[in-house]
Amino acid sequence: MSMTATVGHAHADPHHIGIVIEHPGPASKRIVTAYGFWVFLLSDIVMFSCFFAAYAVLSGQTADGPKGSEIFEQRNVAIETVCLLLSSFTCGMASIAADVRNRFWFYLGMAVTCVLGLIFLVIEFREFADLVARGYGPSRSAFLTSFFSLVGCHGLHVSAGVLWLLTMMAQVFAKGFRADVLRRMMCFALFWHALDIIWVGVFSVVYLLGGAP
Amino acid sequence: MLGKLDWSAIPFDQPIPLVAGAVVLVAILAVLIWVVVKGHLPYLWHEWITSVDHKRIGVMYILLASVMLLRGGSDAIMMRIQQAVAFQSQGYLPPEHYNQIFSAHGTIMIFFVAMPFVIGLMNLVVPLQLGVRDVAFPTLNSVGFWLTATGALLVNISLVVGEFARTGWLAFPPLSGLSYSPGVGVDYYAWSLQISGVGTLVAGINLVTTVLKLRTRGMNYLRMPMFCWTTLASNLLIVAAFPILTATLAMLLLDRYLGFHFFTNEAGGNVMMFMNLIWAWGHPEVYILVLPAFGIFSEVVSTFSGKALFGYRSMVLATMAICVISFMVWLHHFFTMGAGPDVNAIFGIASMIIAIPTGVKIYNWLFTMYGGRIRFATPMLWSVGFMVTFIIGGLTGVLVAVPPADFMLHNSMFLVAHFHNVIIGGVLFGAFAGFEYWFPKAFGFRLDERWGKAAFWFTFTGFYVTFMPLYIAGMLGMTRRLQHYDVAAWRPWMIVAAVGMAVLTIGVICQIMQLVVSIRNREALRDRTGDPWDGRSLEWATSSPPPVFNFAFHPDVRGEDAYWDMKIHARQQSFEHEEPEYRDIEMPRNSPTGFVCAFFASIMGFALIWHIWWMVIVGGIGAFATFVVFAWRDHDEYVIPADEVARIDRVNLEERRSLVSMAGAV
Repeated sequence: MSMTATVGHAHADPHHIGIVIEHPGPASKRIVTAYGFWVFLLSDIVMFSCFFAAYAVLSGQTADGPKGSEIFEQRNVAIETVCLLLSSFTCGMASIAADVRNRFWFYLGMAVTCVLGLIFLVIEFREFADLVARGYGPSRSAFLTSFFSLVGCHGLHVSAGVLWLLTMMAQVFAKGFRADVLRRMMCFALFWHALDIIWVGVFSVVYLLGGAP
Repeated sequence: MLGKLDWSAIPFDQPIPLVAGAVVLVAILAVLIWVVVKGHLPYLWHEWITSVDHKRIGVMYILLASVMLLRGGSDAIMMRIQQAVAFQSQGYLPPEHYNQIFSAHGTIMIFFVAMPFVIGLMNLVVPLQLGVRDVAFPTLNSVGFWLTATGALLVNISLVVGEFARTGWLAFPPLSGLSYSPGVGVDYYAWSLQISGVGTLVAGINLVTTVLKLRTRGMNYLRMPMFCWTTLASNLLIVAAFPILTATLAMLLLDRYLGFHFFTNEAGGNVMMFMNLIWAWGHPEVYILVLPAFGIFSEVVSTFSGKALFGYRSMVLATMAICVISFMVWLHHFFTMGAGPDVNAIFGIASMIIAIPTGVKIYNWLFTMYGGRIRFATPMLWSVGFMVTFIIGGLTGVLVAVPPADFMLHNSMFLVAHFHNVIIGGVLFGAFAGFEYWFPKAFGFRLDERWGKAAFWFTFTGFYVTFMPLYIAGMLGMTRRLQHYDVAAWRPWMIVAAVGMAVLTIGVICQIMQLVVSIRNREALRDRTGDPWDGRSLEWATSSPPPVFNFAFHPDVRGEDAYWDMKIHARQQSFEHEEPEYRDIEMPRNSPTGFVCAFFASIMGFALIWHIWWMVIVGGIGAFATFVVFAWRDHDEYVIPADEVARIDRVNLEERRSLVSMAGAV
C-alpha cells in the first residue's frame, strides 16, 4: 500500500515514457464541485445553442412583420453590454474578496454586481415591453419568436443569477466564509461569467448581424 | 381557481383507464396502509426516501423502472391484442384511446423504464468499481432520482385525470401543436419529460464528474472496468444531448402556451426544425441507453468466461468512437424529409460507420469467450442471447441506413421491429443481465437460477415470436400505429405476434416469481464472501451488501481487473497478514431535499398542465425554499468512528480469508 502511494508524484517528470503514472486518488471537494459545475455550464451552453440554432433558422421568417434592423436599438444594447461586462469585473472582485475573507469588499462587489444585473434586466424588460406594445410580440412572426426566446432565455438566467447572488450574500452574512459557502461562491462566479460569454454570442449574432439593414 | 381542471377530466365513460387507475390506486393505498400499520414508515423515510447513498438510490431507480415496465408492458399487451383482432373491424380500443396507448408505451419504455434502469445500475455499481465511497454529488443524486419519479407520476396521473398525448412518443408538430392537439395530453407529455429530463441531466453531470474526478489510487483511465468507460461515454452523451431535449420541448411548450411560432404552420414556423432538434437528442439517446448495456455485457462475459476482456483498449476506443459518431447520424430518422441525395448519402454512410465499432465490440466479446471456462449462469445467458439478437437488429439497422431502402421502410412495421430488436435485445437484455449479476451485491443474496433461466428462455423465445412477424408485416407494407386494417395478408402475422406477446408475458411472470422465490430462500442463497461470481473488478472486493462507506480504506489498484489481481496476489502470499490501520470516515448525511423538491415539482408540473397559475407559483417558491434550506444546514456530514469501521470490515475480511484459503487448497 505505502509503496504505490508514493508513486503518485511521478507526473512531475512527464518525459519518462514507460513509467506508468499512478492516479493519485479522489480529487478534493473544491475540485469536484467546480468540475461538476463546469460540466453543468457546458450543458447549459448546449441548451443555448439550440435557441441560437432556432434563431439562425427563423431569423428570416418575418411573416411581413418587422426585420431586426427595424426594431433593434443599438444604444440600449450597448448599455446592456457595458453593464454585464462591468458586472463580470465586480463579480471577480467579490470572488477575490471572498478568497481573502474580506466582508466589506465582498458585500460591495456583490451589491454592485447585483445593481448592474438589475439595470441590465430593466433595460431588457423595457425593450420587450416596448416591442409588445407596438404589436411586435413573440407571436407576431417566427423571427420574433426566436428573438424573444433566445434573449429572454438569457434574461431568465440573469434573473436566476440575481436571485442566487442575493442568496449568496445572505449566506455569507449568516454563515461567514465557510468552505462550502466558498465553493458555492466559486460556482456562482462561474455561472455569472458564463452568462457574459453567452451575452457576447447574443450581442454578436442577434444585435450585430441582425441589426445590419 | 382550478384552471382547465373540472370533472370532465375524469373519463367516466371509458372503463379501461378507469378500472386500471382504480386498481393502481387500490394497490398503492394497500402498500401505504401496510407500510404504516407495520410501522415501516420511519425505516422507509430514514433509510430509503431521504437516503443519499448511491447504492440505495440505484436500487430505487431500478424499482421505479421495474414498476413502470409493468405499466408499459400492459400497454404493449393491449396494442398487440388490438392489432390481432382489429382486422376489418374496430377492435376493442377506440382510436383516440389506442393513440394514447402507443404514445404512452413509447414514452414510458424509453424515459421511465430504460433510462432509470441503466441509471440505477450505473449509480449502484460505478462508485464501487472505482473504489470510492460515493458519487460526486450525493444529495443532487437523490434530487435527480426523485425528479425522475415525478415525471413517472405525472404520466400515470394522466391515465385517470385528463388524457395522455395521442401524438406518438416524440410528439411531432404540427400534430402536437395547439390547433391539432388542444387537450392536455401533450402538456402531460412535455412537462413530465421536462421534469424528469432535469433529473436525468443531474444524474449525467454527477456520473461524469464521478468517473473523471473520483477514482481510487492507481485507478488510471486505462485500468477502469469497461462498465465505467461506457458509463462515462453514456453520461457525456446525457450532458450533451438532454439540454437539446429540454430546449426543444420548451419551444413546443412556448408554441402551445404563449402562441409562439417555432413549429407552427403559420407566421414562418418550421416543423422540420423540430425533427432535427428532437432527433439530435433522440439518436444519442439510443446510445445513452445501449452503451451502459454494452458495459454490462463486457463485465458479465469476462467474469463468466474466467478471462480478462479481450481487446480492452479497442473496446475503449470503440466506446468513445460510438460516443462521438452518435451525434452525426440523427438525420437518418427522416431521410424522407427531402434534404436531397447528398445530405442523405452522408448521413447514410455515417450510420453505417457507427456499426463498425459496434461490430468490434461483438468480436471482442466472442474472443473473450473463446478459450474461456464459460459458466452459463443467468447473466451469461442474457449476454449470449443479446449477441445473437443484437446482430440481427444491427443488420436490419444497417439496411434502413441505406436511404433508398429507408424510403420503402420508413414508418413501417419493419422499423418497429428493428428498434424493438435493438432496444429489447440490447438494452433490456443488458438491464436484466446487470440485474441478475449485481443483485447479490445490492442485497447480499443470489437470485434463484432455475426461475432466472426460465425467465430468460421465455423472454428470448417470446421476443422472436413477437417481433420477427413484424419485420414480415413491414415488408408486406404495413405501416406503424394502425388502429385497424383491411389487408388480409397482415392478419396471420399479427396473430403470431400476439402469441409471442403471451410468451413474453410468461417471461415477466417468471422474473417476478424468481424474485419472490429468491427472497423466500434468501438464507440458502446468501452471499457471505461478497464475491459470488468469482468477479474481477472492485465491487466484489467489499461485502454484499457493502457497508455504507463501501470500502474501509481506498483500495490500491495496480492494473486492469483490479480485484482479480488482488486475489492472485493473496493466493500467492496468503492473505494480507497485518490488519490495515482503520481511520474515521466522513459520510454525507441523509437529506429530504430530493423528496421535498420533487414534491413541489409534482405540484408545479400538475398546475402547469392544467393552467392553475397560483399553484405554479406556490410550487416554484417551495422548490426554491427547499434549496435555500438545504444550503443553510450546518452539518452536511457525519463521522463513522474507526472502531466501528474496523468492526464492520473485520467480519468481511474473515469470510474473504476463508474463501481464499479454500481456493488455494483446491
